Amino acid sequence: MIEFCEQCFKTSIGALLANKGRSFLTMLGIIIGVSAVIVIMAVGAGAQSLIINQVKSLGTNIIGILPGASEDVGPPVSIMGIVITTLTYEDGLALNDKKNVPNIVDLVAYYKGMGNVSWGANSYDTNLSGTTVGYLNVEGGEVDTGRFFTKEEETNLAKVAVLGSTVKKELFGESDPIGQRIKIKKHTLEVIGVMKAKGTVAFQNNDDQVFIPLKTMQKLIAGVNHVSMMRLKIDSEENTDRAMLDVKTTLRERHDISDQSGLSDDFTVRSSVEAMAMITTITDALKFFLVAIAAMSLLVGGIGIMNIMLVSVSERTREIGLRKAVGANNKNIMLQFLLEAIIITLSGGTIGVIVGSLMAVLIWLLANFLGYNWDLSISLLSITLALAVSVSVGLIFGLYPARKASRLLPVEALRHE
Amino acid sequence: MLIQANNLTKSFVNDEIVTPVLNGLTFNIGQGEFVAIMGPSGSGKSTLMHILGLLDRPTAGQYFFEDREATKLDDDELAGLRNRKIGFVFQSFNLLPRTTVLENVMLPLTYAKPKEAPESRAKRILESVGLGHRLNYFTNKISGGEKQRVAIARALVNDPAVIFADEPTGNLDSKSGVQIMEILQRLNNSGNTIVLVTHEAYTSEHAKRIIQIKDGLIVNDYEVKHRRLAQDGEMLK
Repeated sequence: MIEFCEQCFKTSIGALLANKGRSFLTMLGIIIGVSAVIVIMAVGAGAQSLIINQVKSLGTNIIGILPGASEDVGPPVSIMGIVITTLTYEDGLALNDKKNVPNIVDLVAYYKGMGNVSWGANSYDTNLSGTTVGYLNVEGGEVDTGRFFTKEEETNLAKVAVLGSTVKKELFGESDPIGQRIKIKKHTLEVIGVMKAKGTVAFQNNDDQVFIPLKTMQKLIAGVNHVSMMRLKIDSEENTDRAMLDVKTTLRERHDISDQSGLSDDFTVRSSVEAMAMITTITDALKFFLVAIAAMSLLVGGIGIMNIMLVSVSERTREIGLRKAVGANNKNIMLQFLLEAIIITLSGGTIGVIVGSLMAVLIWLLANFLGYNWDLSISLLSITLALAVSVSVGLIFGLYPARKASRLLPVEALRHE
Repeated sequence: MLIQANNLTKSFVNDEIVTPVLNGLTFNIGQGEFVAIMGPSGSGKSTLMHILGLLDRPTAGQYFFEDREATKLDDDELAGLRNRKIGFVFQSFNLLPRTTVLENVMLPLTYAKPKEAPESRAKRILESVGLGHRLNYFTNKISGGEKQRVAIARALVNDPAVIFADEPTGNLDSKSGVQIMEILQRLNNSGNTIVLVTHEAYTSEHAKRIIQIKDGLIVNDYEVKHRRLAQDGEMLK
């Protein structure tokens, strides 16, 4: 049997080599399909790593608090544009107290809006971020020139502003903005500092905004009393669950909510760990969707193989007749043609893995060259998967031609011209 | 008895038109015979050889090969019998392209249970037909006469009970043809049973017995009185 397989193998290789051009074109379908699967899996994983790395750069030890309850599966209502006013600056002060949340490092509260900022004749539409001093600590912002506002200015309605680097460029160009007065709505604010460029992180442009002390923003500009979001930094990622519970307990106590089940909460607490898990789930789904599309081309390649194998069977009818005349039974003939199909797909698959991997490496080099935090990931899983699929394609699409060959009557096959 | 044909009938059906080819043939061929089946083209001699060689099944009648009723065997059993008991030599050689002489001769052994080392056996037989120097030549690089000798070696490699030769000299020049007939006669002298199919009276006279066929019927079945000896073209006796 081993001898026979060896013979089959030699015969198959011989037949494939005799028609090099045709064999290669047949393989091409599989090569493209397999390399597409490898590249897409690698690019998918790379893009996923890019997104996750960005989220990680925001910190994995961050807990976000939004006003309004949320279903476990859905987003908080505040995202849908419904204004909920229950979350306040004083809630933030309570949370930023080690008696209530022992793991806290710092907290930042926001009230954000859009607005026009002008300096002399220059005017620019940008994001207005009413915020607290905790911004520097929690979000890792750095001051470029001047200073950030102080703890007192946070609450004493100081008319000061710190510019994001984009806003500084738009309004002041190259001139020094420190000490200049800008206008927001009817109020004149003094520029006391400019932030260092932070870039776009997780789809948020951090440079296109003006930082204003929270109370100034709330009372003078927006005329509200609530915050739209709080983010707090804890000492370590491992303490996320405990800190989240502390946050919830503190807020329930302050909001007179006795129900500890979470059903009556008027706020939502989310951690960056959860967010990461969610992003991973979403990007995983996208990744497999893309792989499914790439796998279609394997199917097309398989049909190409069936086509060529049928041609091969009819071209080699006499050979089949002779083999039967010297004693090959139907099983032997079937095995031979199946083996040929599998050799085509397996070698096509191997070439595809190599081509696909090379392309993935190329994309990785390019992405890193362009400065993206991109991981190279050619998984053993994707290689095994691609090879297993190509062998199955050979088996499935080789079966019909092989069966056809094996069922030829010896005498008719020998007479075939 | 090696071969027993009992009222063998074969007809082909094409678009509901029935064409009878063999119309009831009855004969025996014993161990060690050298029989020529002779007839003009269209007489049904090739169809008869295909049935005798277990490549085809008769429409009616009985066929016993080594006392087994071949009409009752399934495809795999027939393949096994062809492999172990029958050797074929065809007019158009039917060698595998892109393979060597040695590989062609070893082909039947790949479908058999191994007896002795296949390669040494194939080599020995190739030497006996005078092709010891061509073992690793590709089949498209040798002459027609050599190709037919490869085919004979391939037919012999499984030590068969009978060799069927269908117009073995039909595609050859007369010198190569003589060589082939010489080998067949030599094989018969050493005990091999040979069934030769031909349309040439001259070629058929190399056999010991001639079964003459016309329109699917046996018109004559006789011992050759003056047998030709292939070696020098002389008449024997």
